Amino acid sequence: MENRYRDMQREVHPDRFSTGTASEQRQSMEMATRVNEAYRTLRSPLLRARYMLELDGGDVAAETNTAMPREFLMQQMGWREVLEEAAEARNAQRLDALDAQVGAELDATFADVEVALDARDGATSASLVRKLMFLDKLREEIGAAQERLEN
Amino acid sequence: MALLQISEPGESPAPHQRRLAIGIDLGTTNSLVATVRNSIAVVLNDADGHPLLPSIVRYLADGSVQVGFAAEAQQARDAKNTIVSAKRFMGRGLKDVPYPENSPYDFVDAPGMVQIRTVAGVKSPVEVSAEILRTLRVRAEAALGISHGAASGEDGAGELYGAVITVPAYFDDAQRQATKDAAKLAGLNVMRLLNEPTAAAIAYGLDNAAEGIYAVFDLGGGTFDVSILKLSRGVFEVMATGGDSALGGDDFDHRLFCWVLERAKLAPLSDEDTRLMLSRARQVKEDLTNHVEARFNARLSTKEVVDVVVNQQDFWDMSQTLVAKTLAPTRRALRDAGLAAADVKGVVMVGGATRMPHVQRAVGELFGQVPLNNLDPDKVVALGAAMQANALAGNRSSEEDWLLLDVVPLSLGIETMGGLVEKVIPRNSTLPVSRAQEFTTFKDGQTAMAIHVVQGERELVSDCRSLARFELRGIPPMAAGAARIRVTYQVDADGLMSVAAREATTGVEASVAVKPSYGLSDGEITRMLRDSFEHARDDVHLRALREQQVEGSRMVESVRAALAQDGDLLDAEERAAIDAAISALEKSMAGTDHRGIKVAIERANRATDAFAARRMDRSVKSVLAGRNIATI
Repeated sequence: MENRYRDMQREVHPDRFSTGTASEQRQSMEMATRVNEAYRTLRSPLLRARYMLELDGGDVAAETNTAMPREFLMQQMGWREVLEEAAEARNAQRLDALDAQVGAELDATFADVEVALDARDGATSASLVRKLMFLDKLREEIGAAQERLEN
Repeated sequence: MALLQISEPGESPAPHQRRLAIGIDLGTTNSLVATVRNSIAVVLNDADGHPLLPSIVRYLADGSVQVGFAAEAQQARDAKNTIVSAKRFMGRGLKDVPYPENSPYDFVDAPGMVQIRTVAGVKSPVEVSAEILRTLRVRAEAALGISHGAASGEDGAGELYGAVITVPAYFDDAQRQATKDAAKLAGLNVMRLLNEPTAAAIAYGLDNAAEGIYAVFDLGGGTFDVSILKLSRGVFEVMATGGDSALGGDDFDHRLFCWVLERAKLAPLSDEDTRLMLSRARQVKEDLTNHVEARFNARLSTKEVVDVVVNQQDFWDMSQTLVAKTLAPTRRALRDAGLAAADVKGVVMVGGATRMPHVQRAVGELFGQVPLNNLDPDKVVALGAAMQANALAGNRSSEEDWLLLDVVPLSLGIETMGGLVEKVIPRNSTLPVSRAQEFTTFKDGQTAMAIHVVQGERELVSDCRSLARFELRGIPPMAAGAARIRVTYQVDADGLMSVAAREATTGVEASVAVKPSYGLSDGEITRMLRDSFEHARDDVHLRALREQQVEGSRMVESVRAALAQDGDLLDAEERAAIDAAISALEKSMAGTDHRGIKVAIERANRATDAFAARRMDRSVKSVLAGRNIATI
């Protein structure tokens, strides 16, 4: 995929059209933007899962459907508490451990999504993708906390 | 440009067809210009054989201007009118100026960007930078044998085709825009703004046929950048970049200056003495690179004599916090790239300030390897810029077929309720990039909406840099929540942002009024252009005409080449329409009406729009031929 991506950018990137007409330059920028967007989507497991779900006619309904299994929400709250405490206490090791834990949960959920998508089980896939979104957000916040600690 | 390349594979265009292109490193302390000659990038020296041009501009009462060494020689005597490190003020307000109390300038807090009052009037940092760029342009034109004032409308071989100007990777939109404005003011056609560490990576990578993950650590006079790149099969892909656009060698000088002030127990200094002490501090800093101690010696205007011995360890201790400030962004860039320090194959050191031994040591420790210092840290950026300029001008042969993929250094976001930032384009997204967002109205009949775009990583609007305020007008009146306004943010290959808005249910294009929070308005640019042309005794009309003629012949040339290659994509009627537009353009180019040429270029552009799109599709299909989703 990486090689395909690069070959495509070789054809459409704005640097290839710097001596071209204004219209070629504009279209090259649009094309290169789309190629970047496609690569970003296919490379990120979360975006890829979401995209594949949508291709199959599914909808994550992230904005409206926020109902999650109780067990998962409890786990989330627990992790968020750990994050807050560790950030407060400036405990880098605890943050790293939490990051690893959430990372493992992400990996496990990706495996589940894969199965659900293959089985064309739209409802389960959508619910798992929502779970991924929660986990991804949490991981981002852990990263931000790690960064603040370093500075 | 591959699609329109006429020459056979492996063959460079004949020398007489080569377009003259230059790369400029517009530095905080020194600036350089380079070009590619016989496939080798070379720095162009001035008449006295100096490669570096001190980035110093002195304004004199008679309206004349000194740039470089001449200005440097007078800096302590005429500190108020001799502007050093103007790059630090580009796209910045007065509140961003570091230690203004130690600065001899008479700052004017103009809306948009800080300005400086001199004997020759109030000057913007953009104008100061334009003087430096103009000096380099003249130097390059002399070296390339371009005679000025040559009659226009010739084959173009005697013209400077364009320039690539480097900027710190961590420059935000306002700073980039200011740099582009300065180049425009200096009469340069900017083909691309190129990030300094990326330029260094090109020069290093092409010279050494490097493959793998490399870090570029670039500590210049006033800015710090670090970029992590993947070099693979001729593609230079920036994975992450980080830095501090207000950290550089100047800060080390300042630290030393403060330390000496304290030691020598000096009373507050005059502007001239401050400048003298700061330049001595730089000298001592440089001496301490190769010596364990150095003498700080200065005779002030008050007849006081400063004489302090500084040893290396003292200097390292007093500036250790500055070194630490470079390591945090480096770690973050690694994390953003998803890499560990051990994954990095080599660390390329760029910028004069990386000569300091304690910087070398800290970087070596972080990456667990000896940094690469085999390139001249002062020249490598200009050389890389020249290589990119040569490629963009269409001069490269197929062996030199490489491509750059750079990223946006800072996240772009918009202000939401409560002064919070919602990120729209995250930092380190590969350029060009665009994202769309949908908004709706919250009042019945609402026809306008204000959007505030900011750049930065913090959660509060007040901690980020304000880029622009947009007002969307002309939204059709509807019930609250019924309008669907799609706002698209686009960042182009120069890292510059533009915004478009469209109401989805009616298709009405809402007009976007851009009020730059920093940067110059079009009116200011026009005024400066007028001022500078008067100053240079240049003819505004003649220049506009020449610009349009060059633009026009570029258009004719590329359309002809495209027709020769892909004319089969058009039917007879479409072909006739394009031919007509092109001959109309050629006819207008023979005249002297630059506005008429501009209109003809726009018409030709519209006439070839669909054709260009089909050609683009064809080339993408050629890449994907015989592939399906599983093999992509």
